[in-house]
Amino acid sequence: MKNATSSQPTTSLPPLNILLTGVGGQGTILASNIVAEVGVALGYDVKKAEVHGMSQRGGSVVSQVRWGRQVFSPIIPPGEVDFLLAFEKLEALRALHYLRPGGQLIVDPHAIPPVTVTSGDAHYPDDDAIQAKLARVTPHVHWIPGVTIAEELGNAKAANVVLLGAFSALLGHAPDQWLDVIRQRVPPKYMELNERAFRRGRELIQTERE
Amino acid sequence: MKRLLSGNEAVAHGAWEAGVSVAAGYPGTPSTEILETFARFPHVYAEWAPNEKVALDVAIGAAYAGRRALATMKHVGVNVAADAFMYAAMTGTEAGLVIVSADDPSMHSSQNEQDNRQFAKFARIPCLEPADSQDAKDLTIAAFDLSEQFDTPVMLRMTTRICHTSTPVEVDARRQEHPPLIDKYPRNPAKYVMVPANARKRHPIIEHRLEDLAAFAESFAFNRVEMRDRALGIITGGVAYQYAREIFPDASILKLGMTYPLPQKLIRDFAGRVDRLIVLEELDPFIEDQVRLMGVTLWPEQVAYPHTKSIFPITGELNPAIVRQSAQAAGLLPDAGDAEEAGASATAASPQPLPAGQKIRGNGDLDLPARPPVLCPGCPHRGVFYILHKLKVPVNGDIGCYTLGVVPPLSAIHTTGCMGASIGVAHGAAVAGDKERHVAVIGDSTFFHTGIPALLNVAYNRSNVITIILDNRTTAMTGHQANPGTGKTLQGQETTEIEIEPLVRALGIDQVVTIDAYEVEAIEKTLKQWLKQDGPAVLIAKHACALLPQERRKYVALEVDPNACNGCTICFRIGCPAILKSDQLDPKYHRPLAEIDPLLCTGCEICARVCPRDAISFRDQVVHLHFEA
Repeated sequence: MKNATSSQPTTSLPPLNILLTGVGGQGTILASNIVAEVGVALGYDVKKAEVHGMSQRGGSVVSQVRWGRQVFSPIIPPGEVDFLLAFEKLEALRALHYLRPGGQLIVDPHAIPPVTVTSGDAHYPDDDAIQAKLARVTPHVHWIPGVTIAEELGNAKAANVVLLGAFSALLGHAPDQWLDVIRQRVPPKYMELNERAFRRGRELIQTERE
Repeated sequence: MKRLLSGNEAVAHGAWEAGVSVAAGYPGTPSTEILETFARFPHVYAEWAPNEKVALDVAIGAAYAGRRALATMKHVGVNVAADAFMYAAMTGTEAGLVIVSADDPSMHSSQNEQDNRQFAKFARIPCLEPADSQDAKDLTIAAFDLSEQFDTPVMLRMTTRICHTSTPVEVDARRQEHPPLIDKYPRNPAKYVMVPANARKRHPIIEHRLEDLAAFAESFAFNRVEMRDRALGIITGGVAYQYAREIFPDASILKLGMTYPLPQKLIRDFAGRVDRLIVLEELDPFIEDQVRLMGVTLWPEQVAYPHTKSIFPITGELNPAIVRQSAQAAGLLPDAGDAEEAGASATAASPQPLPAGQKIRGNGDLDLPARPPVLCPGCPHRGVFYILHKLKVPVNGDIGCYTLGVVPPLSAIHTTGCMGASIGVAHGAAVAGDKERHVAVIGDSTFFHTGIPALLNVAYNRSNVITIILDNRTTAMTGHQANPGTGKTLQGQETTEIEIEPLVRALGIDQVVTIDAYEVEAIEKTLKQWLKQDGPAVLIAKHACALLPQERRKYVALEVDPNACNGCTICFRIGCPAILKSDQLDPKYHRPLAEIDPLLCTGCEICARVCPRDAISFRDQVVHLHFEA
């Protein structure tokens, strides 16, 4: 049983694990498609996993993307996500156990109260509780007001691309490859909006570092 | 060229490259995108059939006629198609026939969890299982060759994580030339007319075919040994192969691309080359039972009857955390001390270790409000369920978005089993003499699927069932597929738009009305009247799904007049995500007033219609207000 006991891959570096989460209608799947295609463009083996159907009718949406030299499981084990992108802050909490302690969290402070809250049966956690909870897992919490910025730019639907911009900056990537992939994925008439949204997201990370 | 494709897209590409000319199916998660992708290729015919049984008959018919054919469905669709599945296994076909069964371990979008590899064994046909999208494409092509070589239908068994995971695939733009394999439609009753005398002769043939397939499996290129360290050997297939590589990177692996019938000699040889042999598979101990039956020693040697699956859970989908914890619990891996972090408590002996994804969710100390799926804002089903809840009648439900009528506060559905079950189950209660009058609720696509014979039965055997057909002009749950009521085919052709009311009348039911689904007052009045009468009655609540483009263009956000609202809570009871409790309290009763989220509201007016104080504006009032402002 010499090496069947090892759980460390011996052949390659472990993959980069990215988890995207949001509420149905926020563009979580589109964002994960972009992340996956960027991975392919960068020459990685890529797996992207998501669930369709009933679980999406206004419910939480989770998509997982892994980039690596060779990727096996499409599902990321809890505690092993390197980058968690949350398009809604309650969903950030819901997916938090996936994040590696000390991992990078990009979260939109936007709140979409679930029906359990609007019906008065449950309470939406307040910001102090959310921040305390996030801080217990990682100091690297990047609050990116994607919805606010996208509304300023004229269309709240571009919020997901603001967060992708922030993500690309955290990875230290130049914008070009990302914008090329976005160009292939969005209708031409929305490209200018998306490019501005993407660059605003990058600027926020750059400002953070100054 | 490599492209990122989902498993479903990869199957469609494989089918096209393999020269498939006819494909048929019925939408069902996680299978739907196979046919949607295939339908866009040139020189192919693809259709949504009313149900899976019809779809499979169509594919069999095309394959009898010498054309390669594909049938796609979710796992429970194979139940519907089982009759056709079994005779096709008996007759074989002239050209290749492949049936895709897309199983849904963990039931992300299904009513039950079943391992359809058992169906392949049941019918004595081969079962192929891809482990990623490249595999899905390659095995699809291999399946057609296998089908023709052995004159057998082939099952391509997918699971949610294969269907909906995207991985890079080498895409070949070339299509195999596949002219019809026959010049003339076969006149071969001994093979194709399954009267008892012929069927009795066919049965031994398919048993011999199974022996030939088992022999072929020994050299099938997709059954592959990967020798690494000999201390541990793993027999695996499908998505479980990926978990095996992830968690046991040094183990030797026998990856089975064909999980029925098994390559006995290959398995025995592999067993002889490793110190300890295990099987890693999702759901049933399908491979494991067969391997033990061969007399091959697996680790652990003893299993408990009737749960003969060792080490890994028999329920729910696997994932790396569950595989690791199960292996630790069984003593295959040392405890890494991180078991509790992943939250699972699997043990080798337990038949029901974890509802996967459930215990793994949740976040310890902070109690998070759930975000369950709900009927969308503007959903035309909402009003009907609000009325049914109010009338307190027993409701037998069906499969579709409208199954969400069970969720509070609507709480209006009391049974849901399978496609088309609502009407038969309601009829059963009626003929059993249940004191309450039953209401069956079924969607338009589900009515076309299996509701029609059940309603015919209500008419023929004269029961007191009230049937409500929720006609939203589409197959909404699976993503707006066309159906016989939409006037469009899968490939975008204009076609006859089947009208439900004349169809219901033709079945022999006289008491039929069609009402706009947003007209809650009229629906309530009609149902109240019918509840006092006897005999079958059908209400067609018709309004297009609020997510369809033509409906989206009509969105107008309604408004609450805070001076008229007194917080009575009636509008909260329709369970609309666009209606919020505001921070403002009614001065007299100190109850929160209603508020409407303008980004979510579509202006369906159901809330305005149920408001007893006329505190919610109707569409024309909103337009008027804004015009004056």
